[in-house]
Amino acid sequence: MNRLDVKHLKKYYTSQKAVDDISFSLAPGSIFGLLGPNGAGKTTLLRMVTGILYPDEGEITFDGQLFNPDKDNAYIGYMPEEKGLYKKMKIGDQAIYLAQLKGLSKATAMERVKHWFIKFEMQSWWNKKVEDLSKGMQQKLQFVTTVLNDPKLIILDEPFSGLDPVNSNLIKEEIYMLAQNGASIIFSTHRMEQVEEICDHIILVNKGQKILDGSVNGVKQQFKEAIFSIGLDSQPGQINSPAFEIINKKEQQLILKINEGFRSNDVLHFFLQQEVGINSFQEILPSLSDIFIKLVEGTPLTRQFQTVTA
Amino acid sequence: MNKILLVIQREYLVRVKKKSFVFTTILIPLVIIGFYAVIFAISVSGGHDKNTVAVIDQAGFFSSNIENSKGDESKYIIITDQSLETFKGNYKSKGYDYLLYIPPMDVTKSTSNIQLFSPSPLGLSQKRKIERTIDNAVELKRLQSANIPREQYRSIQSDVSIENKVLNGKEEKKNVAIVAQTVSFACGMLIYVIMLIYGTMVMRGVMEEKISRIAEVMVSSVKPFQLMMGKIIGIGAVGLTQFAIWITLIVTLRYVLHIPGLDSIGTTPGMAESGGMMTTINTGLGSLPWALIISCFIFYFLGGYLLYASLFAAIGSVVSEDQSEAQQFVFPVMMPIVLGFVIMSKGMSDPNSPLVIFGSLFPLTSPVVMMGRIMYNVPVSQIIASMLLLVLGILFFTWVTAKIYRTGILMYGKKVTWKEMIKWTFRKS
Repeated sequence: MNRLDVKHLKKYYTSQKAVDDISFSLAPGSIFGLLGPNGAGKTTLLRMVTGILYPDEGEITFDGQLFNPDKDNAYIGYMPEEKGLYKKMKIGDQAIYLAQLKGLSKATAMERVKHWFIKFEMQSWWNKKVEDLSKGMQQKLQFVTTVLNDPKLIILDEPFSGLDPVNSNLIKEEIYMLAQNGASIIFSTHRMEQVEEICDHIILVNKGQKILDGSVNGVKQQFKEAIFSIGLDSQPGQINSPAFEIINKKEQQLILKINEGFRSNDVLHFFLQQEVGINSFQEILPSLSDIFIKLVEGTPLTRQFQTVTA
Repeated sequence: MNKILLVIQREYLVRVKKKSFVFTTILIPLVIIGFYAVIFAISVSGGHDKNTVAVIDQAGFFSSNIENSKGDESKYIIITDQSLETFKGNYKSKGYDYLLYIPPMDVTKSTSNIQLFSPSPLGLSQKRKIERTIDNAVELKRLQSANIPREQYRSIQSDVSIENKVLNGKEEKKNVAIVAQTVSFACGMLIYVIMLIYGTMVMRGVMEEKISRIAEVMVSSVKPFQLMMGKIIGIGAVGLTQFAIWITLIVTLRYVLHIPGLDSIGTTPGMAESGGMMTTINTGLGSLPWALIISCFIFYFLGGYLLYASLFAAIGSVVSEDQSEAQQFVFPVMMPIVLGFVIMSKGMSDPNSPLVIFGSLFPLTSPVVMMGRIMYNVPVSQIIASMLLLVLGILFFTWVTAKIYRTGILMYGKKVTWKEMIKWTFRKS
């Protein structure tokens, strides 16, 4: 059973189709990357999944049941892109308050907050106010308040912005840990290298529509362009083969693209015939960043306003 | 339901626990008392300045010595050996404060063109006193020319003061209109101030949530409506706490200082002069329908607050980033409050005029206006209608503002227009 099933979700505003027929599924324990250019409709989509907005059409199923925000938001943790906390409130009180709003009793809330504060070495912050914290520290606190209720679904919108590498890693480790314990995580960001590193599944949305859906590896396979890198132990002589073309040449390292109708074995065969020693031979898969740019490029960078007839 | 209680609790505790809460709760009444003390002091003072006035009297208003009017402590010296033109320039250096010039005229016919020269504008009460002194002299002259003895004139003059007695069937009670008026005005004024102070407090609270960007985190846990109502009720409770503290303070102070009765409330400046006034005030206060006043006050206090707090919450939700942006939205909400205050002031003199009756029924003005006329035997049907309309008004405005709030609280970076807000109101959820 999927943790979350989103079917044909639509949300139209007067001037835009913010989300236009998006469907996806999320398995328990998976880390799911939601990608898309600015204004693609990611925030609107996430707001519907968290119950902040109601979809115009479509259906959300949470743990096999029709999504009911009132009941289910106790099992959801949401860290929006625009992060914020009550500036004048004491940090300990604030964390407990936010946990209580997720339905925890005061005693449980207290226990959980203490547990996380010790884990993140934040005990000394308890009586400080949020305004006394640096931006990175606030971010850490925000993450803690998001996961206090031990959510089954965690939605993180740009969770690493403003964090130094040490704290980024700390939170990354926690994300892995939470996923291992069965939480499903939706991770929205523009930082492609983080997506490649963390996510096992991605969807790409543009102009309110899903244009790509698959595992990170599957997507890369789907968009591979038969580009290989070959390492040789000496400079080859004249290279002229119908099987491939050299794209880039760096001393004894060649980047080449295999022409249509040929296989990688044909490349190796060519160099074997040349009697050049081969050190390495490896396919170069496109980075998510390349795929992203390829798919999104050509469409206008910023969304134009349009009249919607829904 | 449990969540709204949590929100109320937070909103309440965060404000009450602040150090500034105790401070302002005690300071505000002191400032108000101080403010009125200063006004009182200013209105009473001014009679004590003793000025020397040089008089060039070419009409012969005054005989050799000038008879001062009551309360006028200026010293008048008649100048005969100087012309106006030369003396105008140097009266100051000769030790005079003012120069009074009376041009030649027939005293029995007109008294125009009298001039008073002073280095700076004259105070109103000072001017009145000098005028009265001249009036006395003119009167005397006219009496002389009409051959009427002064004593006879005095005996003709009349100075009536009416005592208002109210017949209410069972017993005749002494009533002092001014006491009822003062209490009415104070109640209306209090509700007016409450709506403004606590309304803006709600607005700032909502703006804080929006600007600090916690709103989105909050609405992923609680419904926007719960968040809004929690804030409104929480801040309302802060207001009630403040009132409770004030009442306790007043009661304790009275007990400690042994101030008898309710007399401290009804005293107005100038009335203290007459000796029996205290008893009149006491009986006046005693004749007021206190049960009605207090129950209405509580009702209109809560009703007015709930109505305007939701409006202010909606304003807070559509403002992003800066305070000055709030101004354009605050103005239309302030207007009916101020209008209510104006109508109430009118109701003081004419409590049954159509405008005042309308004002006391219309939900946006009724809390202030009705409190201002509650003393004047308002028909029960009107009170019930006014209360019903207020409850309907609260329901309507809460419904409308909740819709605006829900959308506004998540809207960033874009200036919201009135047109959009109206559109949000009619949009289905």
